[in-house]
Parts: sequence; structure tokens; C-alpha cells
Amino acid sequence: MLDGIQELLRGLPEPLGYVVWTVAKILAIVLPIMIAVAYLTFAERKVIGYIQVRVGPNRVGPRGWLQPIADGVKLLFKETIVPTNANKFLFIIAPVLTFAPSIAAWAVVPFDDGLVLSNIDAGLLYILAITSVGVYGVIIAGWASNSKYALLGALRSAAQIISYEIAMGFALVGVILAAGSLNLTTIVEGQQGSIFHWYWLPLLPLFLIYFISGVAETNRAPFDVAEGESEIVAGFHVEYSAMTFSVFFLAEYANMILISILTAIMFLGGWLSPFEGIPVLGELFEPVPGIVWLLLKAGFFLFLYLWFRATFPRYRYDQIMRLGWKVFIPITIVWLLVVGAAVVAGIGPWFD
Amino acid sequence: MTFEELVFYFFSAILVFAATMVVFIKKPVHAALYLVLAFFSSAGVWLLLDAEFLAITLVLVYVGAVMVLFLFVVMMLDINLSPLREGFARYLPAGLLIGLVVLAELAYVYTRDYFGPERFPNPGHHPEDYSNTAELGSRLYTEHFLGFELAAVILLVAIIAAIALTLRPKRMSKYVRPEDQVVITRKGRVKLVDPKTDKTEG
Repeated sequence: MLDGIQELLRGLPEPLGYVVWTVAKILAIVLPIMIAVAYLTFAERKVIGYIQVRVGPNRVGPRGWLQPIADGVKLLFKETIVPTNANKFLFIIAPVLTFAPSIAAWAVVPFDDGLVLSNIDAGLLYILAITSVGVYGVIIAGWASNSKYALLGALRSAAQIISYEIAMGFALVGVILAAGSLNLTTIVEGQQGSIFHWYWLPLLPLFLIYFISGVAETNRAPFDVAEGESEIVAGFHVEYSAMTFSVFFLAEYANMILISILTAIMFLGGWLSPFEGIPVLGELFEPVPGIVWLLLKAGFFLFLYLWFRATFPRYRYDQIMRLGWKVFIPITIVWLLVVGAAVVAGIGPWFD
Repeated sequence: MTFEELVFYFFSAILVFAATMVVFIKKPVHAALYLVLAFFSSAGVWLLLDAEFLAITLVLVYVGAVMVLFLFVVMMLDINLSPLREGFARYLPAGLLIGLVVLAELAYVYTRDYFGPERFPNPGHHPEDYSNTAELGSRLYTEHFLGFELAAVILLVAIIAAIALTLRPKRMSKYVRPEDQVVITRKGRVKLVDPKTDKTEG
């Protein structure tokens, strides 16, 4: 069917067909993300509900399955209130500035061998750069709201995101060293072999630091001081309502999914089957498409996000800073030296 | 006009506009945001030169980190602009003179034939398998190794200097030491007392 559509588009004049085809590919990525975000909020409420021995939302639709749609419709039809003396232009554009990078980063994410929108050379660098732009939405939202709580939340959030970005970047340098490439497809191909060829084993400290930093980067519990209901009400988005608020929410959940998928790609072999190299099971699971494995792995990390939120108390602000600067960054630097030495020595089965 | 030229003019127009606004806009926060826009559009122009590593690093370092800290500071400061504008007429002649000198210098250099499209022709595009990142890495760590390492050492000195300047040897504020917190035992915190109650027998 895809070939048929491509054939049809060839009939169009040259740049037009290309543009239409690319837009179709973008939609094929963005629409599932939006649906995933909607049902991630539902999953969060259900999972946390069951962890706290409650049922969670179960009123809208069969067993509550239409809850996210009801929430979306409600947010769409509410009124967007702009606070007095707020900078209206910046106030409106701030949610867009968080949302756009969280979607744009997906352009280089490979879902299967060759199933990627743009297979660029410096894919990992692109993701780092684009996700680092998202912090502007938070800062501008806090500043433009003309509210003390919002500004405090924005400052906390910005300081936290910048601190953890360093640890995250260093963890990624380890992956780059191990794979010898910035291209995400090449990184996954470098992990071929078996479950023990994946990078989680040689890069174990970096793997843990990357995921924990990812939780901090997305401002999720236990690092959600930027929202901190008990101290600063809701942080940077306290003045936002209706659609502007839900765009912040969409960005946060899209970022969570992105971090989960990236962790799966870089440390757990992406679309590679976990049964690869095992005599009978490996052949048995051969026909399973790679994207299923990738989504399963990402789903595991998403569950961890929800599990963390239901389990851990919130970190104190100075403890967050200490963990980022004094614990994570030194560990990553030391482990970079270890990985570098291992790559030079050609220690197998990862680096030979 | 090819598509590439269209993209070039698009980014360049935004770049020139944003850079002008950085200078002329009155609110500091807006000026900082326009600077972010300028960095972003110049990254776009660099991408057209096949310099994807430099373009992405520009966004990563300047947009993602430096300008965030800048904004941070600008938002925290409560700058009152009116005293800054005082004495405008007094400084005007000196400012105009300096401006004219700079303009004359620029005009002098620019009217020689150091610049212009014929001096700097379009470098064209690299072959399909060219990797800007790999190329830059191998150049930096072979040909320009010494300069690169020297720059790194200078930055390290700057970091140490900044820390040395701001380091307070004595803690002025109350602070919880995590290393003390984790070695706490029950013995150090809880003291069990056995209150002697005045019980009379019987």
C-alpha cells in the first residue's frame, strides 16, 4: 500500500510530491505520539491508583477507557485566562516553545531498521540540542505570567534542567565512545549479538545516570520541585489554563516517552530482539517486528516513571543539586575514562 | 532562485532582523530572547554550509546553556532603565564620534577587495558520505592538537579562578551536610531516659 501511495505522489510535480510524502511521514509519527500521550495520562492514573489500592478513573466509557478523551475535550473548551499585566505574546508562545522541541526531537528516532524520518549523521547531537531548547518555554512561561510562584518555579526548573543536562550529555558521550558514531541507527547496530552485547552492561553506571537524569530533565517525581504543589502551588504553569496548560502537559508526556525510547535505543539494543543468539527462542521470536521490542522496552521505562512517582517522596532542592553536580557528573567522568580504556584495549564482546 | 537560496535568505533575514532588535529593543529580557533567535537562525545558515556539527553545537551550547543562564540573570535583576538613559545629550558627541570611526573603518575594509562574492565563492557541497563531525574531530586532534589542548587548559584555569573567587572557606549559612546525615545512628540521636516517677508503694 505504501508503495502505491509513493507511486501516486511521483505523479505530482517534483518538490510537491516530496513535501507531501514527508508531511505524511511526520503525521505517522506525531499522531501515534499524541495518542500515546493521552493514554499515558490514563495509564498513570490507573497504575498509581492500583499502587495506592484504589481503582483509578473508571467512569467514562468502558472501565474508564474514554477518560483521556473527556479530559482533552474539557481542556479544549475551557477559557484561556491571561493574567493582568502579563506579557501576552510571550505568555501564549511559551507552551508552544516547550511543545515544539519535544515533537521535533522525534525526527531522528529510529523505530526499526531503516524506519526513521531523517537518518542524519549527528542524530544524537541533534536530540541533545533540540531538547535543550525546551527549557525556554518553562523560563518564558514563568517570567511572562507576572506571578511570583510561576517565576520561582521557572527558576528552579531551569537550574535543574541545566544541571542534569550535563550529566546526561556525559552519559551520551559514553554511548558515542562505545558505538563510535553519533547516528542512532549505527548505535543500535553496534549492539547486535545478544542481550549481553547491549550497552547496558559495559555502560551500566551511565545507563542508570542517563535514566535518572532523564527523570529530572522531564521534571517528574521525585525531582518535580519545579511543580512542588506544597510550596509553590504548581510552579511555572500556575497561571495557565485550558489549552495552554494542556500543551505544557502534552510536552511533558511526549518528553517522557522520548526519554524512554532513547534509553531503550542507546542501552537496551533498540529494536533488537532480546532472544537474539539464543538457540531455540531466538528463531521462535525471529518474525516479531523490531518496533514491538522497542515499544516494549520503552513501555518498561514509562512504567518506571509511574512507579517512581507513586513510590518516592520529593527530593529537597539542595539534594537534587548535590546529586547532579557532586555525584552524577564525577561518576560519568570516571566511567568515560573506563570506557575509553576499554575501547582502546578492544575488550569484547562490545568493543572488539 | 533555488530552494537553497530561498532558505538562505529566509534565515539571513531573520538573523539580521533579530540582531538589530537585540541592539534597539528596550526590555532586556526581550533583547536576550532576540539574541536566542539570532543564534538559532545563524545555526540554520551554517547547516547550509554542510557544517552540521558546528550548527548543532551552536544551538546546544549557546541557545541551550549560555543564553539560559543569561536570561536567568536578566530576569532576576531589577534593572531600572531611567538612570541609564541620563546624560544622553552629554555623551552624544563622543558616541557619534566613535560610531563614525567604526563606520569608517568598516567601510575602508569592505571597499578593498578583501570581501565580496568573487573572493569567497560558494564552497559547494561535499560528497554524500562526508561527515562534518568526523572531519572536525580528526583535524582538531591531529593538526590543531596543541591549540585545542591549550584552549582547554585556559578554560580550566578560568573555572578554577571562578571557583577560587567565590569559594567561602567558612560556611555562613546553616547547611545540612549529607555526609553527616548518612552516618547518623540511633545512638547519636535518641536518648532513652527512665523518668523516676515518685511512686509510693501500696
